[in-house]
Amino acid sequence: MTFRTPRIAPSEITPPEVFFNRRTLLAGALAAGASSLLPAAETAPSGAKLQYTRNAQYSVSEAPNKYEEITGYNNYYEFGTDKEDPKANSGSFRPTPWSVAVGGEAGVKGTFTLEDILKPHPLEERIYRFRCVEAWSMVIPWVGFPLSALIERFKPTAKAKYVEFTTLYDPHRMPGQRERVLAWPYVEGLRMDEAMHPLALMVVGLYGQTLPNQDGAPLRLIVPWKYGFKSIKAIVKINFTEKQPNTTWNLSAPQEYGFYANVNPQVDHPRWSQATERHIGAAFLAARRPTLPFNGYAEQVAGLYKGMDLRRYY
Amino acid sequence: MNVEQRYRRLYKPLVFLASLAPLAWLLCGAFGWFGAGLGADPVKKLEHEFGKTALNFLLLTLLVTPVRNLAGLPHLLRLRRMLGLFAFFYVVLHFTVYLVLDLELNFGTLFADIAKRPYITIGFAGLLLLIPLAVTSTNRMMRRLGRRWQKLHRLIYVIAALGVWHFYWQVKRDVREPLIYVGIVAVLLGYRWVRARAKATSSSGSATVPERT
Ligand code: HEM
Repeated sequence: MTFRTPRIAPSEITPPEVFFNRRTLLAGALAAGASSLLPAAETAPSGAKLQYTRNAQYSVSEAPNKYEEITGYNNYYEFGTDKEDPKANSGSFRPTPWSVAVGGEAGVKGTFTLEDILKPHPLEERIYRFRCVEAWSMVIPWVGFPLSALIERFKPTAKAKYVEFTTLYDPHRMPGQRERVLAWPYVEGLRMDEAMHPLALMVVGLYGQTLPNQDGAPLRLIVPWKYGFKSIKAIVKINFTEKQPNTTWNLSAPQEYGFYANVNPQVDHPRWSQATERHIGAAFLAARRPTLPFNGYAEQVAGLYKGMDLRRYY
Repeated sequence: MNVEQRYRRLYKPLVFLASLAPLAWLLCGAFGWFGAGLGADPVKKLEHEFGKTALNFLLLTLLVTPVRNLAGLPHLLRLRRMLGLFAFFYVVLHFTVYLVLDLELNFGTLFADIAKRPYITIGFAGLLLLIPLAVTSTNRMMRRLGRRWQKLHRLIYVIAALGVWHFYWQVKRDVREPLIYVGIVAVLLGYRWVRARAKATSSSGSATVPERT
């Protein structure tokens, strides 16, 4: 499968070989303790190195954003509402030990340690486009495994129509939760067929290493055809339900944030246009680009929504 | 130096330089001087900082009269025009960043935004209303317009209200900061309202002649 990504200047595309060679080099240099020899070293990931294979089939050809862009500019209200807050306020967060409670309409339920969750799944790297509901975008090399493979292990029953995810609630460790800007804990959800789609990814790493705290360590979801807020972070609960889950942003402003939240240039947010986006890290005066239906993944996912009025189910 | 000279030779130049500090700091960020930076999204950073600075100058302008009255510093009025013009200056920069760096000069989107997005409509109204105030800020215009000058310049109350309203509406969720600004504007405008009422009830109603600033 190939992704058509229009209007990307050829000069902006790093050939994967170059990108990976540079990465391998960097990792080697770091291992040798010679990071200071490389000017780019300060942008190097700081987590533990992961074993993974690269999934080219599910990767876009655009150049990924810089590590410091991905880790220094994002929304994660559990650590504060400014986009610099997650990095600034998550340094002392310890994502260990970690467990995930699985419940609801499933044959296999219970509390699993993170190790239990991860053990059977080979990791792969996928370079995905990321589109925030605030009309900015990035390209991000995630490391993870298909959500579908995880879900299958829990043997959801015939009644399971939706899967609901919950973020850790711990105001001591997540200072942003001391303010009631959202109804904590953060909850997100997918329809079962969306969750089983091969593009839906459980993510544990970024740039080949374990996820930094500010990007949702130790376990997060990535649904690349939906606005970023659907891609819930620091997951501690997975629940299979018959009814559509009440998701956090949808509850906070139902007329602005729908349950589906598929990237859709034709349906504006009531307060801003979704027709275009600004690409973070792009060249001066060349950052604004047309937003693509389903964030460029229409060919793969549009079928999930056949017959649905996407203006109504935004 | 008498008070007049102190204001002219000392305070005004100092306030002028201090008012340029936010711009200077953002320029340092843009060029990476003195370790300053604009973060991963420099355009939003500039847009937000200029917007915030513009609003701060609007509030400073509105603060002059109450401080002058309450602290008994009649000459403070001499700083007001400069603060107001800096508010205009930063609104223009804010708008320019939006149009040039954010929209990349896409005028179609600009007009669509002004027409369709209430927070932009309101901000734009604020910008337009500031223009006649800036144009009539000279001594000559003040003299020429006489009593009407003061009436015209009461528009600043409307502009400040539009400014905080615009701020409040563009926030995604965390409205704590805009609410603080709403509170400050409420106090500043409330002060005028109370004074006006007190004056109206205490007979005379003698109109004040606009003062040279
Ligand atoms: C009286 C005039 C104005 C004032 C006082 C003002 C002030 C502000 C303030 C305080 C912010 C929020 C900054 C922050 O979050 O830190 C803001 C944001 C913004 N303003 Fe204005 N503004 C004015 C006029 C305008 C005009 C004329 C436009 C464009 C037509 C405009 C477009 C914007 C945009 C696009 C944002 C950012 C929204 C976002 O982040 O998505 N403003 N403004």
